[in-house]
Amino acid sequence: MQEKDLIPVLERIQKKYGYLPLQALKSVARELGVPAVQVYGAATFFKQFRLNPPGKYQIEVCMGTACYMAGGQVALDSFERRLKIGVGETTPDGEFSLERVACVGCCNLAPVAVVDNVVEKNVTPTRVDGILLSLGLSEENKENKENSNAQGK
Amino acid sequence: MALLNSLEELDKLKQELLSRKDPNKPCISICAGAGCIASGAGEVIAAFEAEIKKQGLSARVETKGTGCPGYCQRGPVVVIYPEEICYLQVKPEDVPEIIEETIKGKKIVERLVYIDPDTEEKATLESEIPFYKYQERLNLSNNIKIDPKSLDDYLAIGGYSALAKVLFQMTPEQVIDEIKKSNLRGRGGAGFPAGIKWEGSRNAPETTKYVIVNADEGDPGAFMDRALLEGNPHSILEGLAIGAYAIGAQEGYIYVRQEYPLAVENIGIAIEKATEYGFLGENILGSGFNFKVMVHQGAGAFVCGESTALMTALEGRAGEPRPKYIRSNIRGLWEKPTVLNNVETWANVPMIINKGADWFTQIGTDGSKGTKIFALVGKINNTGLVEVPMGMPIRDIIYKIGGGIPGGKKFKAVQTGGPSGGCLPENLLDLPVGFDELVQAGSMMGSGGMIVMDEDTCMVDVARYFLNFLTDESCGKCVPCREGIRQMLKILTDITEGKGKEGDIELLEEIAEVTGTAALCALGKSAPNPVLSTLKYFREEYEAHIREKRCPALSCKDLIAFYIDPDLCRACMACLRKCPAGAIVGAKKQIHVVEQEKCTKCGTCFEVCRFDAVKKISGEPVPPPLPEEERTLTRKGKE
Repeated sequence: MQEKDLIPVLERIQKKYGYLPLQALKSVARELGVPAVQVYGAATFFKQFRLNPPGKYQIEVCMGTACYMAGGQVALDSFERRLKIGVGETTPDGEFSLERVACVGCCNLAPVAVVDNVVEKNVTPTRVDGILLSLGLSEENKENKENSNAQGK
Repeated sequence: MALLNSLEELDKLKQELLSRKDPNKPCISICAGAGCIASGAGEVIAAFEAEIKKQGLSARVETKGTGCPGYCQRGPVVVIYPEEICYLQVKPEDVPEIIEETIKGKKIVERLVYIDPDTEEKATLESEIPFYKYQERLNLSNNIKIDPKSLDDYLAIGGYSALAKVLFQMTPEQVIDEIKKSNLRGRGGAGFPAGIKWEGSRNAPETTKYVIVNADEGDPGAFMDRALLEGNPHSILEGLAIGAYAIGAQEGYIYVRQEYPLAVENIGIAIEKATEYGFLGENILGSGFNFKVMVHQGAGAFVCGESTALMTALEGRAGEPRPKYIRSNIRGLWEKPTVLNNVETWANVPMIINKGADWFTQIGTDGSKGTKIFALVGKINNTGLVEVPMGMPIRDIIYKIGGGIPGGKKFKAVQTGGPSGGCLPENLLDLPVGFDELVQAGSMMGSGGMIVMDEDTCMVDVARYFLNFLTDESCGKCVPCREGIRQMLKILTDITEGKGKEGDIELLEEIAEVTGTAALCALGKSAPNPVLSTLKYFREEYEAHIREKRCPALSCKDLIAFYIDPDLCRACMACLRKCPAGAIVGAKKQIHVVEQEKCTKCGTCFEVCRFDAVKKISGEPVPPPLPEEERTLTRKGKE
């Protein structure tokens, strides 16, 4: 293996582990004979790579132009509010992780989110709740929602 | 499959394939592109296969999952050959009826054909549907005809005949001359003439040379390259092999986004099959020409669509662009002469070789020849991929093909050229689409995104959105891009949050000029486009945000408020139940009120209210809520 294999190697590691463990990055640098900084540089430069483990359920909210105009930001805000995490984070129980992606090419269904590789269409705030409930969002968060609705009534 | 070793063997195989094919045998083509799959095409394909098996028709009827024919809005799309009957929005439960009526009974299932929303006229054939009728689909029309995983299908529509022609009848110089004569310009954005690029590499003294397919389609809202990669990968390989022969390269790379798994899969299969048949590899078709192709999966970086950044990434480093004192066709990948063209550019090459440059130059305008595929998305009735001759007025694309703006809304702008393109207003709708025309109007062709915006879209927020994207994607190597975009974004964010101040517009213009002039690569140089074009055509929207703290499109969250008109509210509880933030108070027969401090402005109440009672306002104070004792609904308003 040589320098030009760096990115394909990182892709394969991520495919296997779901992320790039630091130890693996060090091994890659050693095996390929490139400086560790180059490996780390590539691992942090490209959006597909992540340095921490993803959640059990991966939620990717499309922020392509068509989705943004159709309410993608509102969908992302809703996920953040319900999951109490920001983009690029994983819930403390390791259940959910949230990402924004540039375009999944399903503009006719905007706004969309990709949940565990399945495209969810027309993701309104109510749909966000539906998706999360179907994935068994933790009781604590559900209660929060019920409380706030009760206050509303 | 035995390796094809000569032109004669290729001809023999083609004859064989054609004679084996019964033109009257029904073939059901189902789009298996990403858009249709997301709309349920996978289940439809499975239903067809199951039904055909159940009825014992397997030998008499063929089914095919194909690439994207473009009409995503009405997906899943099914086309039945030989008649070319087109059914739209097909569901698994429609399948038995289609088999019974159309395949066995040769009758049309009327409820599944296209119905014109205005005239209610029906269109049974694909070619009669207005969305397709006005297009000129040189590239896209093959997608629905072939199984992208089958090389035989590609051969049956004349595939690899252009490669055979150049290998046995043309010298590399003649190939370059033909491409130069066709004036084929790069479809990836800049529109550089492909023939001149090729000639530079051909004449470079080094012996090792490379060709690259740029399939790192990173523009949000653009998916035409994916449709070609997924739907007709051999056309790209064929174009690439012709280019390699012309410049004298023996190795090629396809740099494709990892986010396109099906494209990666199909192009991988295509390479394998083409090598097995002898269209790639050693001594291609016995001509003595060697050429192999590798796939590199891009790991997600918009800047890697830039040619030199892409090459840096291929070499195994973070994808940063480099200065182009010497062009990459002279010194590119590993410092060797490298021709990099976009997917669509390569796909046009076999057609030009087959039909000739004279045929190609008849299509299009003086400066821009051939067709261009656009991803028509946004506030448009017919979202999808459209392929039109260069020079078609934007108005025709939006209204004749796209079917206009949904919901009776008013057109506001069309954005072309991806994140660093520009927004064009209504009075430029008659502009013919072409490389030079779009640049003159302050936008650009880019890779072919075309995003339609209606009156609900805030142009300041659109500029902010694109700059936010570009800030994220700027590689950070050069200061004008890294800092310039970031500072413009800060100002735009302030304006959309109601913190804009006098002088902001002038400052934006100044930073835009510096960034555009001094940045290293095309990303930075064109990054000011969204700002400058919206300033040029929609300046009054900026001024309303800055001076009146008002968002005319009622879109910027910090400048709008939702409130419920007590005279219109019927206390139906719809908004109250749906509000995800619990920000609406009320009860049955109690007029509802939005608690402003809890409201997240998601707009759910506005969407669900059937009585138009929920109002969006901007630039004015929210009317105080009714005192609680007055909220009981009186019956007078009820019919």
